[in-house]
Amino acid sequence: MWPPVLIASVLCYLEKLAGYLLPQRVLDRRSVHHVAALLPVALLTGIVTVQAVGSGQTLVLDARVPGLAVAFVLMARRTNFLVMVVAASATTALVRHVGLMA
Amino acid sequence: MQGEVGTYANARPVILRNAVFIGLAVSVYGVSFGAMGVTAGLSVLQTSVLSLVMFTGASQLAFVGVIAAGGAPATAIATALLLGVRNAMYAVRMSTLLRVRHGWRLLAAQLTIDESTALSIAQDESIEDGRASRLGFWAGGVSVFALWNLATVIGALGAQAIGDPKAFGLDTAIVAGLAGLLWPRLRDRESWTVAAGSLALALIMVPFTPAGVPVLSCALIAFGVATTTLRRHPEVRD
Repeated sequence: MWPPVLIASVLCYLEKLAGYLLPQRVLDRRSVHHVAALLPVALLTGIVTVQAVGSGQTLVLDARVPGLAVAFVLMARRTNFLVMVVAASATTALVRHVGLMA
Repeated sequence: MQGEVGTYANARPVILRNAVFIGLAVSVYGVSFGAMGVTAGLSVLQTSVLSLVMFTGASQLAFVGVIAAGGAPATAIATALLLGVRNAMYAVRMSTLLRVRHGWRLLAAQLTIDESTALSIAQDESIEDGRASRLGFWAGGVSVFALWNLATVIGALGAQAIGDPKAFGLDTAIVAGLAGLLWPRLRDRESWTVAAGSLALALIMVPFTPAGVPVLSCALIAFGVATTTLRRHPEVRD
């Protein structure tokens, strides 16, 4: 796993450096800003979805989903991040422990 | 946040205190990331290298998230890079403000992330020709870098000690951590549209494409929605 770790790390650094080295008019356009702001929303939603209900190439409904549901309820109530993560994990562990879901 | 009078002497302690607060706040995410890296199958050292060299939280979490889901390394790299595009935008803004050269520019680039940029932009730029803004960037960047990396090691070692991550619901901790990064970005109708479209596309793609591709394909939703918005509101176009 070393090559991908190093390649990804160096490329992400060069991406930051590009903003200092490239002529300003290349990157400083509203359309580029707009896409750059929306990309995290799209990709993070994709990862949350896949991590919550994906298992290889199949969709499964297991104990991760009630955990994530608790996470979203707590975030909507502006709960502290750490409390939210612990409560979500505990929900999943509990649902598994009592044998409701895998 | 500026103190009563907008002078550098008044602003300085406030900026430094906020820099420490921001560092402590992100270190909670850092512990999650460290645990996530090891749970995804990376070594403690590999997880730490991501925090030291990549040093941009969302890209790091996405990278190990795609690896954890069994995605190909190329898709993990591409996802991390697409998430990092905004850092280049921050860098454009910071380059005019910081006025750094040579080696300092290499260092500034590494510290150019959400938090350092936010702490810089929050300052009054008229104070001593941007001196408070520059302090915000450097103090925020150094504080987050130090605490993020420390937290990563703690999280990685902790997860290594626990062993079976599923027993403690740690697989949900990963999803919850990612959701925690997503939530504050869901601010308006447009971002909710992007999230809804990405959710649907990812679900549709999972059964038909190799792991990693469903996530990467969501980038198309961001491009699509951005294009539609700019077409409907030409006044925000360049």
